[in-house]
Amino acid sequence: MKSGSVWKIRGWLSQRHYWALAALGLAIPLAGWTLLTLTGSVNRVFLPGPIDVVQRIATWFSSDHLIDDILISSFRVVAGWLLSALVAMPLGLLIGNFRVMQALLEPLTDFVRYMPAVAFIPLVMLWVGIDEPAKVAIIFIGTFFQMVLMVAEDVRRVPMAQIEAAQTMGATRCEVIEKVIVPSAKPALLDTLRITMGWAWTYLVVAELVAANSGLGYAIIKAQRFLQTDKIFAGILLIGAIGLAMDQTFRLIHRVCFPYLHARN
Amino acid sequence: MKAISCRSVCKVFGEGKSRVVALDNVDLDVAEGEFITFVGASGCGKSTLLRILAGLEIHTSGTIEAEGEPVLGPNADRAMVFQDYSLYPWLTVIGNIKFPRQLAAHTRDCTSADVEAASGRADALLQVMGLSQAAQAYPSQLSGGMQQRVAIARALMTRPRILLMDEPFGALDAQTREVMHDLILHVSVLEGCTVIFVTHDVEEAIYLGSRVVLMAPRPGRIDSIYEVPLPGTRELKMKYQPEFLELRSRILERIRETSGMRTDLGLLQRLSQQPVTI
Repeated sequence: MKSGSVWKIRGWLSQRHYWALAALGLAIPLAGWTLLTLTGSVNRVFLPGPIDVVQRIATWFSSDHLIDDILISSFRVVAGWLLSALVAMPLGLLIGNFRVMQALLEPLTDFVRYMPAVAFIPLVMLWVGIDEPAKVAIIFIGTFFQMVLMVAEDVRRVPMAQIEAAQTMGATRCEVIEKVIVPSAKPALLDTLRITMGWAWTYLVVAELVAANSGLGYAIIKAQRFLQTDKIFAGILLIGAIGLAMDQTFRLIHRVCFPYLHARN
Repeated sequence: MKAISCRSVCKVFGEGKSRVVALDNVDLDVAEGEFITFVGASGCGKSTLLRILAGLEIHTSGTIEAEGEPVLGPNADRAMVFQDYSLYPWLTVIGNIKFPRQLAAHTRDCTSADVEAASGRADALLQVMGLSQAAQAYPSQLSGGMQQRVAIARALMTRPRILLMDEPFGALDAQTREVMHDLILHVSVLEGCTVIFVTHDVEEAIYLGSRVVLMAPRPGRIDSIYEVPLPGTRELKMKYQPEFLELRSRILERIRETSGMRTDLGLLQRLSQQPVTI
């Protein structure tokens, strides 16, 4: 194989080509979708066309409180995710730093994280009720246990030499955690927050199964009842778009907060 | 007073079937201001001994005193330079060097004159280590040799009496290593600190050390100690002197004897003559 081949393993690609291919990757399925619906070979009920979906988003916006749905869903996702981050960060820090805490909590967390969040719905309704906290609780259950383990792993990946160097300079245990382990793990922790935010969004539809009367997930479930496939499409695409926007925001924060990772000579 | 004094130091890792004796009965005295180097086959415990001196591991039995005080844990009096990954990537070069100033151990009962002196010391270290141009750079922007200069400067920031070095130049190329050798010799004289230097490179050990300690594995122990027959101030051309070469081959031969891993030439010959059938 030529060394200049585009198929070189972990090879290089110019920015221009990268974005051209990215656009192509999005355009091909869109074109296929349009073609499939325009030729009329598929029933509109099974597969609405892109124009139907766009129109649905427009009417949803103008007469069906789309913005309210987006806001309430975003609130639920961010609240559940933030709550789980607030608990998972200190807990993960303890598990990652102290073998005693790891032994005490990690096997337990590993056990619980395999339990399906959906199956907790009846229990959550029983314990938390059916109001806003219930939806937040489902998203919390879906993200928390994974997040704890990821935070612990981020903390464990801080190079031992960084820790020992501080110790030989006379740092106390608290100083090692505060001035070495936390700043060293920060970039990885932000990535963990970014990834778990994505997972939190995937639990939205499940969370809005619980006696909701608003939200994107609720709209999808309701549309299912009336066989409004175009609205289901619209809801799914909107969730994808919001998720993508949040993901990019996290990446931007990463570049701003950790210039040393992006600095090259 | 001795800089370091070890008496019957033993270190055992693990228990039961996985019990390993890493150090067996180590006795050693290091004089104030001495530059002493450690070599030996892998598993001889040279790094373990260094880590015990740093206080990062605690010995199982025996006594260790540094500057007349028993070693009970890490202490800023005994700074350590690691082979790799010990710099803080989120701090600039000057930020790394001044890192000890963030610690309570060095800011307690501190006057503004002390702060000023520390700032002056950081600048002086930048200059001595040839880092003035790179003060505001991040470690990831520096070559391996420059990164190790930062690590050494940071270790010296607190004016340690003893500098412990664990294969600090092991990851550098040969030319950079030669420059670093003269630099560390110069700095150790300037600072007047005792240096304990672990390496797997015999030439490096002889060129830097006034004594070379050869350690042997299974169990880890001090096998022999060689006085280096060279004048105090080392120069590159000394590496071609007969005394240097003779000591080098003696030490290499002894490492081969103690490592228990001799190359069996007869076996290689036989293997190469056998027809290969797979």
